[in-house]
Amino acid sequence: MSEGPFDPAAPLRPTGNLRRRRVVSQVAEYGATAAAVLAVGVLAIVIYTVLARGAGAISFDFLVKGEPDGIGPMLVGTAEIVAIGTLIAAPIGVLIAIYLTEFGGGRLSGFVRLTLDLINGLPSIIIGLFVFGLLVNHHKQSAVAAAVALAIIMLPIVARGTQEVLALVPESMREASDALGVSRWRSVLTVILPSATGGILTATILAVARAAGETAPLILVDSVFDGKEVSLNPFEVVPNIPVKIFRLSEEANPEAITQAWGAGLVLLSFIMIAGLGARALLARSKARMAG
Amino acid sequence: MTEMSEIAPPSWPTRPPSATPPPVPTRVRIQGDTAADALAAGRRPSLPVESVFEVGDVSVFYGAKRALAGVSLRIPRSRITALIGPSGCGKSTFIRSLNRMNDSVPGFRLEGSVLYHGHDIYASKVDRVEVRRRIGMVFQKPNPFPKSIYDNVAWAPRNLGLRQGLDERVEQALRGAALWDEVKDRLKSSALGLSGGQQQRLCIARAIAIEPDVLLLDEPASALDPIATASIEELMHSLKGRFTIVIVTHNMQQAARVADGTAFFGLEAVDGEPTGTLIEYADTETIFGAPADPRTRDYVTGRFG
Repeated sequence: MSEGPFDPAAPLRPTGNLRRRRVVSQVAEYGATAAAVLAVGVLAIVIYTVLARGAGAISFDFLVKGEPDGIGPMLVGTAEIVAIGTLIAAPIGVLIAIYLTEFGGGRLSGFVRLTLDLINGLPSIIIGLFVFGLLVNHHKQSAVAAAVALAIIMLPIVARGTQEVLALVPESMREASDALGVSRWRSVLTVILPSATGGILTATILAVARAAGETAPLILVDSVFDGKEVSLNPFEVVPNIPVKIFRLSEEANPEAITQAWGAGLVLLSFIMIAGLGARALLARSKARMAG
Repeated sequence: MTEMSEIAPPSWPTRPPSATPPPVPTRVRIQGDTAADALAAGRRPSLPVESVFEVGDVSVFYGAKRALAGVSLRIPRSRITALIGPSGCGKSTFIRSLNRMNDSVPGFRLEGSVLYHGHDIYASKVDRVEVRRRIGMVFQKPNPFPKSIYDNVAWAPRNLGLRQGLDERVEQALRGAALWDEVKDRLKSSALGLSGGQQQRLCIARAIAIEPDVLLLDEPASALDPIATASIEELMHSLKGRFTIVIVTHNMQQAARVADGTAFFGLEAVDGEPTGTLIEYADTETIFGAPADPRTRDYVTGRFG
């Protein structure tokens, strides 16, 4: 009995180095839990601060009126810029994802994926400089320039997100449509994309949420506005929220700071709602694919 | 390597496939000439009219690995040909090579020739989408689209431009797959709500809706219970005569029940590696009654391994 590594008849208490291994494992578990709590905590503190300081600025007038009482024109302008950016980025992003999952193979796909990840990591001020040099220098600032900058930021998010949901479409669907003598593009249009709609919408909404708050490129390409009234011409400067927040925060007057928090609260609410909506859509589409 | 001469095509009985032949629907004309067209045009067809496939010394490689070596056989028209044999001996690889479904497998390479009505389906100008349009396939696991029953069957005809008389076409296909009576009242409901056996018959209906020339069935009943299996077998009998059917099956009773000809695949050492190959090919009674090769006899009598 005593020759083995342990006595099988002994009570089931830790033996050997199990005591030490248990301590290490406990420490690791607490560390991981603490990190997770920290992430939630940071978000909670940010939301609380913005709410506490910005709620006072929110009123109907604040949402609809122009300078100096409200941010109405900026809201409309941001919506316009982001909408144009989405119109540019979403179709291209979805096509890139289709290339990656349906047509491309091997090395070139890997290269495209790497490129997308690199674009995703580009500092937005660099994208702003690039668009400034491309569309603004010698011309003038415009909503289109801003939309192009945002589209570059959105593109990898849409493409990578869509690629991930397209990869979830079972391979047997592609085999089924291949075996029926239908070309891959028709299958993509009528079988693969429809079953991935939820995921594609999710990726797009996430990209919109990210783009809506981008400030650095807008300061370069779409910032010289007075914000007194709504302006919609995409070839002119269009007022927008991020630049407005940036400007308000630079003023010495405490009322402006409150307005900055208020505008921040509006932007944050929009992004949170969009993000949660995206999650709900993704969950629904995954459940549908699994069923 | 197996020589063509060693495996003669089985001699087919001359009796009609069934006592009451099923009504033949009007066939959609498919582009390209058949052996009969070639005869009419005064050209000598390279195949006897009754062969659909003539496979000559086919080897298949996945990368450096040889999965199938030296397979030669003829598959006759309007008959059921079964491919049997143990797992991993290349039956699925072989049947998927008949309509180029393996093309998407990385590293796939095929040597030898696969002639379909005399045309090499691996020739450089051949469009594999067209190959599959004529040679349909049903897979082991039912894979209906997440669409309605009607849309599953109507999907391929719509995409191939066969929009005229779509309702009748769908009904014909579902009747052909012996599914019509079970689903005629719920054509608009999701295909994913059907049972496994119904889903598989739906997949067969989907395949025959575009009236292919050949139907390849890769273990169509292996994921089904015995009752659903019986209905699939019954279905195959009724489809015989309208389509040339090639079926891979692990179930030897199934092969004995449905097939006119049976090909037994097994493993043989090629360059020191066990490789799938065709051991024996004859009409079904011979394979199950008096096989020439002792390996076939051991397998069909359950003494394999």
